[in-house]
Amino acid sequence: MTDKLDKDPGPADTPPAGAVPPEAIRAIPVRHYGRWISAVVVIGLVVALIVAFSQGNVRWATVPEKLFDPSILRGVVNTIWISITAMALGLALGVLFAVMRLSKNPVTSTIAWFYIWLFRGTPVYVQLLIWFNLALIFPILNLGFYKDEMTQVMTPFLAALLGLGLNEGAYMAEIVRAGIQSVDEGQTEASHALGMTRTQTMRRVVLPQAMRVIVPPSGNEFINMLKTSSLVVAVQYFDLLRAAQDIASTSFAVMEMFFVASIWYLALTSVFSVGQYYLERRYARGALRSLPPTPLQKIKAKLSSFSNRKAVA
Amino acid sequence: MTAMVKAEGVHKSYGAAHILKGIDLEVAPREVFCLVGPSGSGKSTFLRCINHLEQINAGRLYVDGDLVGYRQKGDKLYELKDSEVAAQRRDIGMVFQRFNLFPHMTAIENVMEAPVMVKGESKAVARERAARLLDRVGLGDKGGNYPTQLSGGQQQRVAIARALAMEPKLMLFDEPTSALDPELVGDVLDVMRDLADSGMTMIVVTHEMGFAREVGDNLVFMDGGVVVESGHPRDVLGNPQHDRTKAFLSKVL
Repeated sequence: MTDKLDKDPGPADTPPAGAVPPEAIRAIPVRHYGRWISAVVVIGLVVALIVAFSQGNVRWATVPEKLFDPSILRGVVNTIWISITAMALGLALGVLFAVMRLSKNPVTSTIAWFYIWLFRGTPVYVQLLIWFNLALIFPILNLGFYKDEMTQVMTPFLAALLGLGLNEGAYMAEIVRAGIQSVDEGQTEASHALGMTRTQTMRRVVLPQAMRVIVPPSGNEFINMLKTSSLVVAVQYFDLLRAAQDIASTSFAVMEMFFVASIWYLALTSVFSVGQYYLERRYARGALRSLPPTPLQKIKAKLSSFSNRKAVA
Repeated sequence: MTAMVKAEGVHKSYGAAHILKGIDLEVAPREVFCLVGPSGSGKSTFLRCINHLEQINAGRLYVDGDLVGYRQKGDKLYELKDSEVAAQRRDIGMVFQRFNLFPHMTAIENVMEAPVMVKGESKAVARERAARLLDRVGLGDKGGNYPTQLSGGQQQRVAIARALAMEPKLMLFDEPTSALDPELVGDVLDVMRDLADSGMTMIVVTHEMGFAREVGDNLVFMDGGVVVESGHPRDVLGNPQHDRTKAFLSKVL
C-alpha cells in the first residue's frame, strides 16, 4: 500500500517558475459602523459597573487578606473533598442504574426507573435535609452486624455525601444510559461474533466508546457539583461557603467574604474545566482522524515557528 | 465426514414477518459456499443464525456436528448459557458488511483483542500473530492506525484479520464488499481468494458473481426465505433452471 493519508503538497501546488503571478485584488472593505457603536455602548456599560463597585461600601482590602485564611483553605479542601466523593458515588450509582435500566429483567429496570424518578424529581436541598434528619424517624441504626444511634452515624459529611451522591446518581444514570445507547449495535455483534461474553463486550467494547458521549456532560455535572455542594451548609458540613459565612458573622465583612468564596469557586471550576478538556481528548481517540493539539502543544508550535522564522531572517 | 454446517428445516421470524421458511443445506469442510439472492431473501439472516446472533424458531442447525445455541438431552432442548454461546462462537469467524471494527482501538489492537480476552493469550503472543495476519492481508505497516485513518477496503481487511486471529474453523462473510467503493473491492476479494486457497471453510453472502463463479464450490440461490436453486456456481449462474433465478441473474450479471 502506497497511499498516504497526509498528502504533502504535490508539484501542482507550486506555480511554474518564471510565470507572472496574477494581480491580487485590492478592494475597499465594507465599513461595519454598527460594530463600532455596539462596542462603545458595551464598554460604557462595563465601565459604569466597575465605577459603581469601586464606590460601593466594600472594603476591598479584606478580600486578598482573607483569601488564604486557614479557615477558608480548610473550607476549600472540604468542598473539593465532598464534590469528588459525591461525584464518585454518583458515577458508580449512575453506571449501576444505567445498566439496570437497560437490562431485560423487568424488576431491575423498573427499580432503576423508580430511583431516577424519585431522586431527580425532588430538590437536592430537600434530600440533604431528609438525610440529615433521618434520626427523627430512625433513632437507632441497626444493620444486624452494626448498631448505633443514628445521630452518631449521620455525620454532616455522610448526610452531604448521601444527599449529593444519590441525587447525582440519578442524573449520571441517564447520561450513562444515553452513552451506552449511542454505541452502534454492530459493535456488540462484532464482539459477540468473536466469542466475547456480554460482560466482556460491555467492559471492553461498549463502555469505552460510550465514554466519549458520557465524559462531556459528566464534566459539566462535576462543575455543577462543585457549586451545588454549597448547599451542604444546610447539614452543618464545613465547606467553603460555611467557612466564609463564619468569618463574615464575626468580622461583619459579609459581602467581602462572599466575594472570597466566589473567587475560590471560580478558581476551582476553571481548574477542573482544563482537566475536562484533557479527559475528553483522551476519549476522542479513534473518533477523530487526528486529535486537536493541546494548548501546550499549540504554544510550543507557535514558539518553534517563531524561532524558525528568526533563524531564517 | 461430518458437515461443517448442516441446516434442517430452519425457520426464523421476527414477529409476524416470516424470514426463513425452512432452509435445508449442507456445507462440507474446506468448501467455499456462496449464498446469493435479492435483498430481503433471508440470506444474511441465515448467516447470522449460524453463529447464533439470531435465534432460530424451528428446525435444527449444526456446526461441526454441534447443535447451535442449544443442548439436546433426550427429546428436550436446553438453551445454552451466555458463556456457552460465546464459547461456540470462538471457532466461527464473521466479517460484516459495515466492517464493525472497534474504533477506539488501533488496527493491531483490534486483531489482538479476542485472543487476549477470550483465549487468555499473552499480549506478546497475540501481538506477534496479529502482526503476521495484518501482513498477510497486506496491511503490515498499518497496525498502529485507528480504523478512521484507514480506507474502507483496508478496514475490511483488518476485520478479516481480526476474525482469523481466533483461528476459526469456519468463516462467515456477510456481503463483505457491498459497502466498498468499486476500486477497493478487488483487494478484499484477493484476500478472500487467498483464504479459500488455504483450505478455509467459507460461507459467503455476496453480490460478486465473478467471485462466486471463480472461487465458489457451491452456490445457493435464495428468494423469499427458501432455497430456490443450488449447485456448482458455474452451472447455476451459467444455466439457471428456475424463473426466479433467471430474473435475478438478468439484473445483476
